[in-house]
This record gives sequence, C-alpha cells and structure tokens, in this order.
Amino acid sequence: MSELQFTIDGKDCKAKSGQTIVEAARENGIYIPTLCNFQGMKPAGTCRICTVKVAGRYQAACTTPAAPGMIVESNTPEIEDMRKAIVEMLFVEGNHMCPTCEKSGNCELQALGYRYTMLAPRFPYLWPVREVDAHAPKIYLDRNRCVQCLRCVRGIVTGDGKHVFALSQRGNKVGIDIDAQLAAGLSEDQAKKAMDQCPVGAILRKEIGFAVPIGRRKYDGKPIGSEV
Amino acid sequence: MSKPIVATASLAGCFGCHMSILDIDERILTLIDLVEFNKSPIDDIKKFTKMCDIGIIEGGCCNSENVENLRAFRKNCKILISCGECAIMGGLPAMRNGIPVKECLEEAYLKSPTVDDTIIPNDDELPMILDRVYPLHEIVKIDYYLPGCPPRADLIWEALVALLNNKPLSLPYEVVKFD
Repeated sequence: MSELQFTIDGKDCKAKSGQTIVEAARENGIYIPTLCNFQGMKPAGTCRICTVKVAGRYQAACTTPAAPGMIVESNTPEIEDMRKAIVEMLFVEGNHMCPTCEKSGNCELQALGYRYTMLAPRFPYLWPVREVDAHAPKIYLDRNRCVQCLRCVRGIVTGDGKHVFALSQRGNKVGIDIDAQLAAGLSEDQAKKAMDQCPVGAILRKEIGFAVPIGRRKYDGKPIGSEV
Repeated sequence: MSKPIVATASLAGCFGCHMSILDIDERILTLIDLVEFNKSPIDDIKKFTKMCDIGIIEGGCCNSENVENLRAFRKNCKILISCGECAIMGGLPAMRNGIPVKECLEEAYLKSPTVDDTIIPNDDELPMILDRVYPLHEIVKIDYYLPGCPPRADLIWEALVALLNNKPLSLPYEVVKFD
C-alpha cells in the first residue's frame, strides 16, 4: 500500500492510501472525536462529531479518505464549538438521565460532554416519548438514550448473516427496532458485544448493572481520546 | 465591608446538593466566616430579608410553588446558580415528562396498591402540578451551572471561592460529572 502525506492543523501526517482522516489522525497521535464510528466497522458518518474542514468545506473525517497534500483543520475554536453543539444537541434530542443510567461513567456521549465541559446545553430539551423494549431475555433496548449511531445495526449480525437491529421510521421519528426472534437467540457473547458496541446506554445486558464502582469507570479519571 | 450574602433552596430536588454543600467538610467553618446566609434551609430563614449576592438552587420546577420560589430568587439574588442535574435538566423528577399529568396523579393516588382514601388531593393550599418538569434556565435567567448528581463538594467550594474572589473558575476534569 502506498503512503501519502497530508497535514492536520499544520502538523505533517502520513497515511496509507484509502485510510480515513480519523484513522490516519489516530496513527499520527491526533485525536479527532468520534461517536458513531467503531474500529473495525465500515464508517457510516451519522453523528458528524468528527467534522473537520478540508479546503474550506466541512467533511466527516470518519468517511473521508486522506488524500495527498490534503490540508485538514480540526482543532480550531470554530470546529470545537460546533462539536460541542452537536454533543449538546444529542443530549436534548433524547432523554439522557445520566444519574439513573447504568452506562454512566462508561458512556461515550457523556464522555464527550465531559471532554467539552458541557455545563448546560444551549438548546431546549425536547422530551421525546420513546418506548423501552425489554422483551429479549439477555438485553434490553432503551430508546430514550439512543443516538442513532447505527453501530448495533451495522455490527450485530447472527452466524447466518441476519441483522438483529434495524432502523425504523424517518426524520425525528427515526428509531432502532430489535428483531424479537433473533434477540431471543442471542448468545452471552453476542449480548455482550451488543452492549459494548452501543456508545450510550441504549443497549444494556440484563442483571449485570452497576458492577464497577464510581471512580473506577472508564471515563471517571481520564477524558475520552486521551489514549491517542 | 459587609459579608457577601448567600441564599439557597431545594425545589424539585432531593436535598442531595445541599448535602454536597455540607460535604465541603471543615471548610464550612471558613465559609461561615466568609459569607452570611439569608433564605436557606441551612439557617431556616423562610423569606428573603434583604438583597442577596449569590443564590444557589437545586432541583427543577415541577409545580407552581417551585416557579414562584424561583422567581423570588431571581428577584432577590444578583447571581443565580443552577446546582445539580435536576436544576439543569429536570433530573429524576423529569422521568414523568413523557406521561400525562392525569395518569401520574391516578397512578399515585388512585391505582397505587397502598392507597386508602382514593381521591386526588385538590385544595387551594396545594401547589398546582406543572405539565412537565422544567429546568431552571427555561423559566428564569441563570448565571452559572454546576453539573453533577450531586455536584462534587470541591466543585461547589471552588465555584463559591472563585465568585467571592472575583476570579475565573477552573474546572478540572475530575469534578465536572453528570452523575
């Protein structure tokens, strides 16, 4: 694979051809925040938190391949404020009750809120009415917390290639649905995978909540992205 | 120079944020030296007796009395701080926001297995329940926000110290939490 050179915020970076800006940035020690993106999964570009500016145009860095000589702007006050606004929008668009959520402390949306020091969202809360689906024996789906990243739709597939989760409706009614029959047959490993792939607390395994004490959870001590 | 005056209130909250204020431990002695408390559950003063410098409010607004109280705080405090998740976004009480008020009242007063008198209380003395729980900043102007459930004692302390000394507040990663 040929190597190409480009810059992010003036820093020289190397990328393999075909590599996305997010992947290349990570290998060059630069963190571009992501939420819907999941390593090893085909990017979908649904959340736009990774938005960067290339030649004056806004692009999702998780779907845009790095190109030779590309000049990427990422860590500018304007873009960082836009990312913060997206986090705030996601918070008001659902019903995100951090104090009651099992995922709190391990939630990527919350971690982004912490990273951007979100004290109160600038948008009014929408309070959508959404259903919880707890029919499956091993997992439950709390749509109040869903950010429609489609990680579960893309990533949770049975051995014979069937998708357990799917998108239903459109626009502001869009939501995730679960195939009851396939969900009933989920193995312990698949249930764990579904929970781990969900960036928020929308998919949770039953009977294992609050196992890790406050202070020792993933994002209690270090901001998301500090591993890069 | 007279001491800055602080007022506090718990609206639709659980007093957890007030507990967190007390959780500043021995620094509370310094606080008492630094400020004077006015209307607050801490000294049990029920009504504002003078203009206050800082108002700290926990809990959102779930009924008419909360709204009245909040407006009185806005009128009598130069700086108003929204303290904790309930004040900022409604918190646990806001879990009823998707349920019609009628259903909530029926569930609590008519259908609950432990009720004896099956009537929904309705008296002029009782505040009216709002259609949903409102965060404070959707009702009055709020100057500062301290997130957390409850906000860490260190965050409350640092915020007060910064305000009293007219210095910018530093927000280290460990103290800004939503749970």
